[in-house]
Amino acid sequence: METTDNVTMCQYYSIEAGNFTLAGEAAGQIKNNLKQLGIDAALVKKVAIASYEAEMNLVIHSNGGRLIFKINPKVITIIAQDDGPGIKDIELAMKEGYSTAPDTARELGFGAGMGLPNMKRCADRFVIRSEEGKGTEVELSFNLS
Amino acid sequence: MIVEQIVKELSLKVLTGRDHLKREISSVYCGDLLSRVMAKSSKSSLWITIQTHVNIVAVATLLEMACIMIPEDIAVDEKTLAKAEEEHVVILSSPLSAYTLSGRLYSFGIFSE
Repeated sequence: METTDNVTMCQYYSIEAGNFTLAGEAAGQIKNNLKQLGIDAALVKKVAIASYEAEMNLVIHSNGGRLIFKINPKVITIIAQDDGPGIKDIELAMKEGYSTAPDTARELGFGAGMGLPNMKRCADRFVIRSEEGKGTEVELSFNLS
Repeated sequence: MIVEQIVKELSLKVLTGRDHLKREISSVYCGDLLSRVMAKSSKSSLWITIQTHVNIVAVATLLEMACIMIPEDIAVDEKTLAKAEEEHVVILSSPLSAYTLSGRLYSFGIFSE
């Protein structure tokens, strides 16, 4: 954890593909950080939900990746990056109810097809970049003022 | 209503979080798709689900739910119980179905959002 004079913090969480036991830990830590910083409860909830969805997407769909949490006095940023496999059709992936989650994940209650739409709904700014065979990056911003 | 009253009224088994039964319940949500629960449920809610794997604890913790209710006496994973104790998550269990439990809770005057 880095802390500088303008209260900037950056944390990095490595997310393991397919590890449902640890899934949600990073989102939980991000939420606790925000609570400790005294961030408004409604905003903490939005960031927690979006972080959880981003983390779950890495667990379910990626070959492994990372969740990056940044905060400065103006904005909270969550970045989810992975090393593949990438999304074939982003427009389709954004559609509520559409999911490519495997049956093993669906049996556990994942794969509702609401992950990306939930993130977009919670964040003030949502950017997704993906290239098949390379990877995906989702960047979420939440305004603090 | 607080969790303790529900436990008494519905003769529920308390699987975890015995020390946290004074929590107030603000609403009820019933569902098994976690992303839908994340989107639609809220703080201090009572969540009825047949999911029993460890990730339900993460959902309940992130949303600061009052408790999780498992219907039909479905067995809960040991890992889930251990994690729930660690995170102070209350898990309740009943032989009744989700439908019956929902109806009883509704009759107590606890509604969804």
